[in-house]
Amino acid sequence: MLLYVFYILSAITLGTAFLTVISKNAIHSAIYLVVCFFSLAGHYLLFNAQFLAVVHIIVYAGAIMVLLLFTLMLMNLNNEDETSKPLYTKFAAVISAGLLCLVLIAALRKALPENIEYVNSGTDFQSIKVLGKVLLNEYAVPFEFASVLLLVSMIGAVLISKKEEKI
Amino acid sequence: MDSVFIIEKSAIIVAVFALTMLMAMYSTWAERKVAAFLQDRVGPNRAGWGGLLQPLADGAKLFTKEEFFPNTPNKFLFILGPFIAMSTALITSAVIPWGDKIHVFGKDVLLQATDIDVSVLYVFGVLSIGVYGIMIGAWASNNKYSLMSAVRASSQMISYEVAMGLAMISILMMSGSLSLKEITVMQANDGWNIFYQPLAFIIFLICSFAETNRTPFDLAECESELIGGYHTEYSSMKMGFYLFAEYANMFISSAILSVVFLGGYHFPGMDWVNANWGINIGAILGFLALFAKICFFIFFYMWVRWTIPRFRYDQLMHLGWKILIPLAVINIIITGIVMVLFK
Repeated sequence: MLLYVFYILSAITLGTAFLTVISKNAIHSAIYLVVCFFSLAGHYLLFNAQFLAVVHIIVYAGAIMVLLLFTLMLMNLNNEDETSKPLYTKFAAVISAGLLCLVLIAALRKALPENIEYVNSGTDFQSIKVLGKVLLNEYAVPFEFASVLLLVSMIGAVLISKKEEKI
Repeated sequence: MDSVFIIEKSAIIVAVFALTMLMAMYSTWAERKVAAFLQDRVGPNRAGWGGLLQPLADGAKLFTKEEFFPNTPNKFLFILGPFIAMSTALITSAVIPWGDKIHVFGKDVLLQATDIDVSVLYVFGVLSIGVYGIMIGAWASNNKYSLMSAVRASSQMISYEVAMGLAMISILMMSGSLSLKEITVMQANDGWNIFYQPLAFIIFLICSFAETNRTPFDLAECESELIGGYHTEYSSMKMGFYLFAEYANMFISSAILSVVFLGGYHFPGMDWVNANWGINIGAILGFLALFAKICFFIFFYMWVRWTIPRFRYDQLMHLGWKILIPLAVINIIITGIVMVLFK
């Protein structure tokens, strides 16, 4: 039963991910992306990770709303004026994304999750009480790094959006 | 999974669904009556006694109206818009605790569709996707006024979600749980949250007005600037769904306000009633107490709508980002300090 749910969800995820890339219309892309993220949340629910699933929906669905707004307000939606990137930049983008993926897989493949004691003692480490403790005890350093990353991106966004003073 | 469990939960889900629809229907009637009362008029009084059949008449009218499609290349998204708006308005009610346990057929039944660990986050998640109905529908209508309205609605929603979440955090700090059921139980033991967190309550209330697109924050439906707002191109039952979703949203957000700040199904003397009259009567009285609180908030929504004029767009953004968010952050800091000092 769960296996079939997994197959259906995976089909939706992959299909909408492809459609996001393929579709010509920017708004359609964004909507396909929302559906894709929802099916990913479904995958998390299959792992019984309720917190992760709900936070995934809040963060990404909200983010895509912002994306939609930006698409509407800032992007040129006429196909004729759209300047297509040269082929070599596309290749470079694909290769660098592939390299990043390789590094991540290499780093994560041998990493052991720090939840062995919770598995042994039988606590449900998906419940938010335990999750909070794990995040702030075992994973305190990565957690703080993530918050520094967010801070940096926030400052960067403010810097970019600031009007340049004319000299 | 045993079939008794499925039947029990299905019964509760159907009951909650029927209740939400009924309340949304009669909110439209109540809105007219309240408006009439505030403007010294009589209000609807032709269909049924006191106009009580007016919602049915409205429904019949909407169903039989001509189905009109604008000249749009996105028919599917055009139909999807009201569909999303209606479904997101209805699914939040799944996590609201409507009452305590009742004892029927030799079994304890919790008057709640599901008590998940993260129900507060679930509510916020549904809230953040609620605006997609407006956005997608308005974009697919191929009308610039609809689009303007949708951009307003979604930027308003994004802005006020932040303040709402921050106001909620101070409550979560006190309760130490994300489950609405446990927040209610905590309030039954220690007193209602509105007395501990009046500032958070006010912020949350204002943000609820903005999230449900009600006056004074109904800029998305500003008739004088945007014709009808995001549902300009809609007709028949598709428009009915948008209007209905607004009232369903109002009901649900009133329920959440009552559960989080006014103690949910708790009422003074609940323990005494449970001990002396049995838990069934206690649970039914609790449900009625919650219902009374919800009705109060619905009335409050309407009262404000016919009292305060609409904000201007920059005033709205100013209020959200420069007043409510800093206030909510200060409230969190104060809550933290008080909790450290007195515990």
